[in-house]
Amino acid sequence: MQQEADRTRGFSRRAVFLGAAQLAFFGALGARLYHLQVRRSAEYTLLAEDNRANQRLLVPPRGRILDRLGRPLARNVPTYQVLLVREQASDIRRVLDRLAGLVTLTPAEIEEIQADARRQRPFVPITVREGLSWDEVARIAIRSPELPGVVLDSALLRDYPQGEALAHVLGYVGAVSPTEQEIDPDPLLQLPDFRIGKSGIERSYDKALRGRAGLSRVEVNAIGREIRELDRKEGEGGADVRLALDLDLQRFCAARLSSELSASTVVVDVRSGAVLALASVPSFAPSAFTGGLRRSVWTELRDSPRTPLVNKCIRGQYPPGSTFKMITALAGLEAGISPTVQVRCQGSVSLGAARFHCWKEHGHGRLGLVQALEQSCDVYFYELARRVGIDAIAAMAARFGLGQPTGIDLPGEQPGLIPTRAWKKATFDEGWHQGETLVCGIGQGYVLATPLQLAIMTARLANGGLAVTPWCARIDGEQQPPAPGPIGVAKASLDYVLRGMRDVVHGPRGTARAAALGVPGVEIGGKTGTSQVRRISRADRDAGRHKRKDIPWEQRDHALFVCFGPFEAPRYAVAVIVEHGMSGARAAAPIARDILRKTLEIDPAPAAPASVAALGGDPA
Amino acid sequence: MIGTAPRLRPAAQRGLGEKLAAVHWPLVALLLLIGLIGYATLYSAAGGAHVPWAWRHGVRLAVFLPAMVVLALVDLRVWLRLSYPFYGAVLLMLLAVDILGEINKGAQRWLDLGMIQLQPSELMKVALIMALARYFHGTRPDGAQRALVLLPPLAMILLPVGLVLVQPDLGTAATLLVSGSAMLFMAGVPLWKFAVVGAAGAAALPVLWANMHDYQRQRVFTFLDPEADPLGSGYHIIQSKIALGSGGLWGKGFLHGSQAQLSFLPEKQTDFAFTMLAEELGFVGAMLLLALFLAVLLLGLVIAVRAVSPYARLVAAGAVINLFIYVAINVSMVTGLIPVVGVPLPLISYGGTAMLTLVVSMGLLLCADVHRHLVIPRFPGER
Repeated sequence: MQQEADRTRGFSRRAVFLGAAQLAFFGALGARLYHLQVRRSAEYTLLAEDNRANQRLLVPPRGRILDRLGRPLARNVPTYQVLLVREQASDIRRVLDRLAGLVTLTPAEIEEIQADARRQRPFVPITVREGLSWDEVARIAIRSPELPGVVLDSALLRDYPQGEALAHVLGYVGAVSPTEQEIDPDPLLQLPDFRIGKSGIERSYDKALRGRAGLSRVEVNAIGREIRELDRKEGEGGADVRLALDLDLQRFCAARLSSELSASTVVVDVRSGAVLALASVPSFAPSAFTGGLRRSVWTELRDSPRTPLVNKCIRGQYPPGSTFKMITALAGLEAGISPTVQVRCQGSVSLGAARFHCWKEHGHGRLGLVQALEQSCDVYFYELARRVGIDAIAAMAARFGLGQPTGIDLPGEQPGLIPTRAWKKATFDEGWHQGETLVCGIGQGYVLATPLQLAIMTARLANGGLAVTPWCARIDGEQQPPAPGPIGVAKASLDYVLRGMRDVVHGPRGTARAAALGVPGVEIGGKTGTSQVRRISRADRDAGRHKRKDIPWEQRDHALFVCFGPFEAPRYAVAVIVEHGMSGARAAAPIARDILRKTLEIDPAPAAPASVAALGGDPA
Repeated sequence: MIGTAPRLRPAAQRGLGEKLAAVHWPLVALLLLIGLIGYATLYSAAGGAHVPWAWRHGVRLAVFLPAMVVLALVDLRVWLRLSYPFYGAVLLMLLAVDILGEINKGAQRWLDLGMIQLQPSELMKVALIMALARYFHGTRPDGAQRALVLLPPLAMILLPVGLVLVQPDLGTAATLLVSGSAMLFMAGVPLWKFAVVGAAGAAALPVLWANMHDYQRQRVFTFLDPEADPLGSGYHIIQSKIALGSGGLWGKGFLHGSQAQLSFLPEKQTDFAFTMLAEELGFVGAMLLLALFLAVLLLGLVIAVRAVSPYARLVAAGAVINLFIYVAINVSMVTGLIPVVGVPLPLISYGGTAMLTLVVSMGLLLCADVHRHLVIPRFPGER
């Protein structure tokens, strides 16, 4: 009995001990909960919020691109697509079959959509068809009660209402490449459907056009389904970019060039450098790029010898031919060679064993600088080049913006080429031959220039020697570049050259008398150029083949013409290159004349800064 | 409460009404309250819906709680006599499960009896305390101090522990080991013997580690550093801690726990039901629930102490130990104090077997209380 009592006491003691242990353990649990729920609550609240909220970018509408009068050149148009949400469509197949009665859907497409739907989570919308017509949208909307899970959605598609006429200038938008994602931290670029400017203005002004992303915070659950929107910060739509370009002039240029197989033209304001028109033919339809390009079309565009994808205004590099003679002339004048010094042209000159021909087989006779420009005498400029040397010519060319990128606000500009002794040494590891100086003096040989460079060169001649640079657009609020400074060529020298250019058009023996505008009292200045694509061999020359029309198109000479007007108070400069057009005077000059006349009619130059106007006001 | 006079009469001779009056109704009420909190938690877990969990939980409560009272009304000696057969039957079931697992080449914990699925390892939690109580009821009062007398109960503990380990179910095996040891403690086994066995056990840990399954080891690793694998096995613990912590002092409000409602919290209706409740009702709500459980535990110990027969005392203590282990392991687990072992919170978590085990334990506890004055001989025939 005593033992039993002991056992009872022992049990009670141990029960008390057990109770105390349980109490202690619950105390510990309480302490743990206190630690988690009270002391570290703020930290865990943040983590829970992170879990709960997903941030979604709101894509801002891309800015428009406008011409100088605000006419839209690139805009966004709504496009409609039909989507299908699997979990809302009880039977996908049946819904798709019904849809096929309203919009065209092939059985293969239906299969593909079903496969898509199976891969995705049930609440993710699957694209059934994009680019619906308004009729199709209406048909689907009316039948929507019979189409569970079918959702109509609109998106903005980039549209270029002017089509081919502006394809090169505007460029196009496309999917973001991994490289672009790497160099640009903008979170918009991470969006799979985002489009970025790939070329042209779309690319160079992409940042302004793009705008700033908005932010929407949505509540999501553990599998990523959106439950509701928590809050929203609107982004900033892309800014409109207004070009200096005039739509009418641009269309005129494109149309005027369209009769040629491959040609380009640039119209600039000589006082500001504003690009008023910039056309390259053939062109391409920009919609082909926004809407997805068929492979065959792409291959054809890429491989055509007429290079429709290339903006030849800034990427085409041609020997400038005789349009370069103004540079050689100025190099001579600045070297102190009097314009009255006469050279006798007998059709060719000899240098060592080599013979250098004038385009006029039997020679021009004796002529001074102005007549030499008027008649584009090669022998005169051979002589001038020989006297001043290649490096003086190159220095003068550089002052007129040749041999280096002009810095236009379009991507992909080519620099052209102005050779020097040092360049030749570095490139070919060879010494310079004097014969090469002669050839370069008439804009052949190594010399290369883009149509844009030639237009800017002409502008700098016409504006009295101001270092204008070309530009397409200026962004409001951004710092404007300083007014162009003088390039440091004596006005007297320039005047001789400009007179020569006037005589090209208006002189009795001018090479481009057909380029006169035909407007009484309005004179212009210009210069023809016909540059060789292939070397003319003696055999060709003897056979008279170098002028024949039956040589293949790719081997014919390029036709160039640069001009400015009005002569008394120059406003506009035009450069035209007709690839393999054979004669600057016959192929390029009439086009340039028409374009310059149209430009003068429209008179699209923006108000120039006062200082420029004052300086550029009296060129002659 | 209850009058004193009727209780003095031997329970066996009392009528049903008297017995009903002798039931510890406050304890029943506490259990019902906890069960209803469980109902609300499961209602919230379904996003504010009675289906799929809450209503079945409610049905179970409606069936099991009256059944618990019925258990309490049965003569305690019936349970005493059934202790060994029940233990033996459950042991056989455990064996059957192991053999089935061997045949099916995989973990097997359930015994599919066609109508219901039984988890014998859960039933063993009750069977073990009954058998141990039965054993020590039959020993001499000082028996627990003799080594030889302790050999059979050790076997009673280790046999099911071994069978459950083989399943393999580390959590339940550990639970059985702890509840068995606690029973030995309550039976009066000297403390130094525990010390010896504890030391031996510590020495055996490396062996145990070597024999553990990869996923079991992974659980231990995960416990030690849950952030190392946030989307893998550490996900449960991290999300549970985020849910608890973001609940704060007062909680996010019923039905408004973002972690649980947005499904970041896994198994919110079963093992992590406590987390769900603590997220929505906060530290205050969590502590209130723990206080309710603690009240049940302490009341149970009072019942154990005031019972006369060793069987009643030990069965009551065993019931308390079982409940305590459930709550302690579950709450420690969801608060990141121990690895995730898959132990539900009784009366709160969704699931039948755990509730059944608890109800049977609590029924025995109530039965021990109803029959606390009943003197039961050590063995039949003794006077």
